[in-house]
Amino acid sequence: MNFFSGISAIIWKDLKAEFRTKQLLSSMLIFAVLTLIIFVFAFDPTKDVVRQVFPGMIWVCIVFAGVLGVNRSFVSEKQNDCLTGILLAPINRTAIYYGKTGGNLIYMAIVEVIALPLFAVLFNYNIPAASIFPLILVVFLGTLGFIAVGTFLAALTSNARSSEILLPIILFPVMVPVILSAVQATGAILSGAQTADWVSWLKILTAFDVIFLTVPVLLFEYVLEV
Amino acid sequence: MTIHNITSKGRFHNILAWATFIAVSVSIYMIFMWVPNEKVQGPVSKIIYFHISSAWLAFFAFFLVMVCSVAYLKTRDLKWDVIAYSSAEIGVLFTTIVLVTGPIWGRASWNAWWTWDHRLTTTLILWFIYIAYLMIRSSFSEEEKKARFSAVFGIIGFIDVPIVWMSIRWWRTIHPTVVSSGGFAMDPRMVATLLVSLLAFTLLFFYLLQKGIFILNIKNQTQIIKQKITEIR
Repeated sequence: MNFFSGISAIIWKDLKAEFRTKQLLSSMLIFAVLTLIIFVFAFDPTKDVVRQVFPGMIWVCIVFAGVLGVNRSFVSEKQNDCLTGILLAPINRTAIYYGKTGGNLIYMAIVEVIALPLFAVLFNYNIPAASIFPLILVVFLGTLGFIAVGTFLAALTSNARSSEILLPIILFPVMVPVILSAVQATGAILSGAQTADWVSWLKILTAFDVIFLTVPVLLFEYVLEV
Repeated sequence: MTIHNITSKGRFHNILAWATFIAVSVSIYMIFMWVPNEKVQGPVSKIIYFHISSAWLAFFAFFLVMVCSVAYLKTRDLKWDVIAYSSAEIGVLFTTIVLVTGPIWGRASWNAWWTWDHRLTTTLILWFIYIAYLMIRSSFSEEEKKARFSAVFGIIGFIDVPIVWMSIRWWRTIHPTVVSSGGFAMDPRMVATLLVSLLAFTLLFFYLLQKGIFILNIKNQTQIIKQKITEIR
């Protein structure tokens, strides 16, 4: 089995298992929308201030929902010792990381495709047609960065007794650059700023993505040792 | 590991202790008696000697954590893990000192306790990453897992800090800063005092590091002895 068929096998297995119950996807989606509803009560949605904090709100929703999903990706493999089974498969350990990252990315994409238009509707936010493509790019790069480092750290915390508590505590400080650049870029795009204003944020996001998709090549085998 | 060297603190312990004592005394004398006050800020400017020295050690300790983490993953020798852990603990201490002295100085000279300046914010994030490192250590009970996972995180965190710094600096340059952190013209005597206090703090760091390593080794020895006793029973 080569590297890429190993990755796709793991993605496929994860998606198949998920679509039998849809438990994770539905809870991520409900959690994202619920977080937004809490924001509506925290900031009056009729006021103008919402337009300024809207980019921050959607990213907080994405990240909170994402932590739920990312945390499950390795913890679920602990049942019946499934992780040992995956480790015994004749594939490179790094392929397991990329497979899991790919799976999480697909979950997040599904959640975002449903939730983000819903957010815009709920807040009567008119998104100009010209900014849709840049917005998709930012959401993609931001989610990729978050998932890349999140999946890696989730593999690390899955061995701990209380992984659901440990993961957010170690993940949030590390992903500060992602949330900062993603929120800034989203805000700039939504307010119709010049391309030059948000392109530098995309550069930071891309750099973060590249770094944290490469580092696991070196370090992931240490995380998965038995 | 053998039991007989349980009380040996290392060859340089006493030398280091005396050197630290002298250096800290000299630097305190220089700070409070010898060096002139900064013209605009007055006596409060003396806090920079503590603030800058702690900031340097906060980052240096984190660098040491990374180096020892790499060394541990390469050699699987637990002695590197002990150094990394000890360094992280002292790093938290110095980062906390930076975060406490910073607002005191800021309040006096900028009239604001906290600004979301890139240096302050990066230090704050560094503090959280250190805390995360220590949280990982407390979440695992097996010695080997504790060492391996915290080493991986020590490397990840170290790679992350420059990106945090970059992104926060970008963020702050786009928004106009209310207060400029502007440097002040340093008198040669102030430079000398700063250098001496940097040296004193660095010696203090190594002294504390050695103490920390010693205590951790004693803890490990105690564990081994306990195990032996239960085996005999």
